[in-house]
Amino acid sequence: MLLIPCPWCGPRDEAEFHYGGQAHVAYPEDPAALSDEEWARYLFFRDNPKGLFAERWSHTAGCRRWFNAVRDTATNEIHAVYRTGEPRPVIA
Amino acid sequence: MADSVADSVAEPAVGRRSPAAAFAARFEAASAGGSLRLAEIPFLAQINLRVDPKSPAAERIGTAIGVPLPVEPGTTAGGGDLEVLWLGPDEWLVVGPDGAARDLVERIEEAAAGEHVSVVDVSAQRTTLVVGGERARDVLAHGCALDLHPRAFGPGRCAQTMLARAAVVLVAGEDGFRLLVRSSFAAYVAEWLLDASVEYVAGG
Ligand SMILES: [Zn+2]
Repeated sequence: MLLIPCPWCGPRDEAEFHYGGQAHVAYPEDPAALSDEEWARYLFFRDNPKGLFAERWSHTAGCRRWFNAVRDTATNEIHAVYRTGEPRPVIA
Repeated sequence: MADSVADSVAEPAVGRRSPAAAFAARFEAASAGGSLRLAEIPFLAQINLRVDPKSPAAERIGTAIGVPLPVEPGTTAGGGDLEVLWLGPDEWLVVGPDGAARDLVERIEEAAAGEHVSVVDVSAQRTTLVVGGERARDVLAHGCALDLHPRAFGPGRCAQTMLARAAVVLVAGEDGFRLLVRSSFAAYVAEWLLDASVEYVAGG
């Protein structure tokens, strides 16, 4: 089980969290102007890197807040967590 | 149990029954040995409060109830017969004695004075179970992943977490822990506590 450090509550078991997919996927400025393909890309297409990935988590069984984490998809190591609205930290 | 649903709705204060009332005798038996204390504190007033902690309303509410809202995650603040639990960065649970809910809501709403604040009486949502005595941490450790050592989770700390896969609010006090557990989960958690306690209860 992963030990995920909630930016509010500190380290908690993975079972207390829900996964929210890729972080920093901006809502289109003018959705009506998008073609069907562009809209589908916004809705359904996500990065799938081997390595560092910025993703959203919700501490559903704790403080119930959404936050972001940078996780290495190959090792499951969590390199950083940061609160919603904060920029993605640069990881060397 | 013969009361009809209509009766209980019309007169909620008459013959009310706390979610863990049926466990009173077994809690008492498990507490007899002295190393563990299980009990229910029924019907506490609980007000869920959401407000921007940096707003003037938050400060006014703290003054109105006599307890400043704790802003450090996972901490509690107390004063008089009230205790305020941190639930989130803009969310608290104000816990008071049985019967205090209506007055608390009024005082908080008055202090909020129309600002962007949510005040909800959730007293019926949860009941409170006491897990005290020297074995309290051992019992909880059967189903709680948090570090409950006083260094990490002593008096003044609270946490929303899972106990035996049930969502609870865990509060550390001077004389043990209190578990705020949803009414519909109270019987399950009570059974679980009694089961986890078997090895610590004198005489088995
Ligand atoms: Zn949290």
